[in-house]
Amino acid sequence: MKDFWKRYSRNRGAVIGLVILAIVVVVAILAPLVFPQSPWRMVQRPFLPPLSMDQYPLGTDALGRDVMAGLAYGAQVSLLVGLVSTVAALLIGIPIGALAGYFGGWADDALMRFTEFFQTVPSFALAIVLVAIFQPSIYSIIAAIAIVSWPPVARLVRGEVLSLRSREYVEAAILSGQKSGTIIMRQVLPNTISPIIVLASLMVATAILLESSLSFLGLGDPNMMSWGYMIGAARTVIRQAWWLSFFPGVAILLTVLALNLIGEGLNDALNPRLARKGK
Amino acid sequence: MSNPVLSIRNLRIALPEGADREFAVDDVSYDLNKGEILCIVGESGSGKSMSANAMMGLLPDLVRPVGGEIMFDGIDLLTLSENQLMDLRGRRIAMIFQEPMSALNPLMRIEDQIAEVFEAHNLLSPKERSARALELLKEVGIPDPEKAMRAYPFQLSGGQRQRVMIAMALALEPEILIADEPTTALDVTTQAQILELIRELQKKHGMAVMFITHDFGVVAEIADRVAVMQYGRIVEAGTADEVLDNPSHDYTKKLIAAIPTLATDQAVAGIDKAPVLEVEGLCKTYVTGGGFLGRNPRVVKAVQNVSFTLAEGETLGIVGESGSGKSSVGRCLVRLMEPDEGMVRLGGHDMAKLKGEALREARKSIQMIFQDPYASLNPRSKIGRIIAEGPMAHGVSKGEAYANAERLLELVGLDASAIDRYPHEFSGGQRQRIGIARALALEPRVIIADEAVSALDVSIQAQVLDLLAELKERLNLALIFITHDLRVAAQICDRIAVMQKGEVVELGPAYDIFNNPKSGYTRSLIEAIPGREKDLAAVTVG
Repeated sequence: MKDFWKRYSRNRGAVIGLVILAIVVVVAILAPLVFPQSPWRMVQRPFLPPLSMDQYPLGTDALGRDVMAGLAYGAQVSLLVGLVSTVAALLIGIPIGALAGYFGGWADDALMRFTEFFQTVPSFALAIVLVAIFQPSIYSIIAAIAIVSWPPVARLVRGEVLSLRSREYVEAAILSGQKSGTIIMRQVLPNTISPIIVLASLMVATAILLESSLSFLGLGDPNMMSWGYMIGAARTVIRQAWWLSFFPGVAILLTVLALNLIGEGLNDALNPRLARKGK
Repeated sequence: MSNPVLSIRNLRIALPEGADREFAVDDVSYDLNKGEILCIVGESGSGKSMSANAMMGLLPDLVRPVGGEIMFDGIDLLTLSENQLMDLRGRRIAMIFQEPMSALNPLMRIEDQIAEVFEAHNLLSPKERSARALELLKEVGIPDPEKAMRAYPFQLSGGQRQRVMIAMALALEPEILIADEPTTALDVTTQAQILELIRELQKKHGMAVMFITHDFGVVAEIADRVAVMQYGRIVEAGTADEVLDNPSHDYTKKLIAAIPTLATDQAVAGIDKAPVLEVEGLCKTYVTGGGFLGRNPRVVKAVQNVSFTLAEGETLGIVGESGSGKSSVGRCLVRLMEPDEGMVRLGGHDMAKLKGEALREARKSIQMIFQDPYASLNPRSKIGRIIAEGPMAHGVSKGEAYANAERLLELVGLDASAIDRYPHEFSGGQRQRIGIARALALEPRVIIADEAVSALDVSIQAQVLDLLAELKERLNLALIFITHDLRVAAQICDRIAVMQKGEVVELGPAYDIFNNPKSGYTRSLIEAIPGREKDLAAVTVG
């Protein structure tokens, strides 16, 4: 573990990413304490520019709502959607990939054709359709994102399992009479964890982007303030009130960047042999 | 002896921080004379390749020379810039490597690869280059050199590829040829041919050859002088005869004593005992490729009509070169591979026909020890778990299985506390012991050892072989020992089956196989064992 941190912290970008993400997490947790009132509530006159009133440093939007409060509550939605949908995608992708890779043959064929079916449909279009069918809500958004983002997980796990299952320790496990389920759970999957963690960190970033895009198009949860919704609502007034779309945009950019940096750092730390030279 | 072409003085190469020792090469000095073959011998991690790599500027990023000098023709190679080195490399000092497949460009014809050597040094016209390439190929004895010119590396055999590498190294008539384990990846008969070729070319061109190897048999075959390395230091140096026949340093003595001798016992164990395993007419054929519409599929008969019996307490060796099907036989026996035909009778069942639960149950009595000590233990499981898993899968309680695992660890010569540690904390030899403990956990009657000592250094190899022999005696096991190394087979086996192209060409007591081989193939295998003459001399003298 100590070793892990040493290798991770050697990548300066990854440490910066971790710091940014920590700030976003703290903001999301503290949002209800700092801004006890709903972010939807009108608090001042509309189009109040940033820094013009001490109480509302980022100004107000077209309906006089506090942009700062919106950003804080938006962080909650982004993180929640990013994490939960990624976990859901892993729960679909890992078993499918593991079964396909381990058993091969017709099981592999069937499962991979099923995976390709999802991969060939453009993921954003599929997500829009799913959310539109199930009514926009935080649940349908999470479900839609999970459904469109599991195929890469399945493919990655399948590849790893394919290479692991011909290892001698797996053969030894077969000879010692362990059952297939035990072998997959105990011998094979624990050794695929590193690449899965790296992929998952990048998937959280993609999920946050997807959620923002859906909210931008007006398919967000109508009861939850989100960064994508804020940008979407502000696009008609972008020339009069630049700050309405600028700040949520920066928030998305920084969060996604942080997650990508973390993913890269994890990759260096978990796969030391593949790490780039000269560090 | 008086005119060294290369002399290394007090060379010291530092390893990066956190390595197991400070210097990869520590205060090493030696000379390489014109027209001689100097063998640098050592076990893995002894730093034997490091000084050659330093000479060629091929050290890994974080490893650098910190002291001493490498004098070649009046210049210190360590002080040269990359550009100056580039001019020397290939032209005056050439190198050949262990794995000829990865040293050749897979997408380039042989002709172009050899011509590239001239091109790199701006020599000759394209036409002359290709004429010279053909000449070189003829010189290194490639069959049908005109055809080989147009071939890609994958179309050649391992020995032919190594010949191409040698041709490339010779292209510019270098003064020094560095050969880093050039025959380790080759079969024994091919190895003998390549050694002979190097020897012959060295004489003809008057080159100095620096031959790096771990194998004392090869040393006996080829060396004029020998330097033995341990932990980055030269512990002993001298002429080949001095070092081999009359080693002065303890480490050299230990290494030479660890080499399995070819002397076999005439008495054969288990001949009168009942067979535990009977194999009859085992066949396995692979069909691959076939391309579009399945035309011309490639059919490989991996195992053809193999039959043998194995008596209680007996060790049967299966020897053969790569591709002879020896490993396939072992894998068919335990059904890691499905045999097409044949019968494997073990404890009243036909292993080849069993399915599901019955197969799981029957496998308890036939276990396997694997080749690669690094790939055969799950890196994320503790040792206790690795050993106890098998019995637990067969319904033994956790406490009992772990207690048994401790007992087994002690049996194979490890401390019982190893149970709570992970595989990466152990060395190759210790891991192989753990692999043996795992195989024993199910109390099998037959153990198949598939190249179980091939990846180990010779001193560790001797320990593991002793352990296997002792355990076999104590537990009354029958052992099938699959190996490419005839020396190892001679040491441990009661009977030996020699395989070639999927068939057993000869099967008999080890003594008869070595002293009175009936098949021509067996004879050629035995003749190719490196260092055989030395060995026989030792036997007759002592």
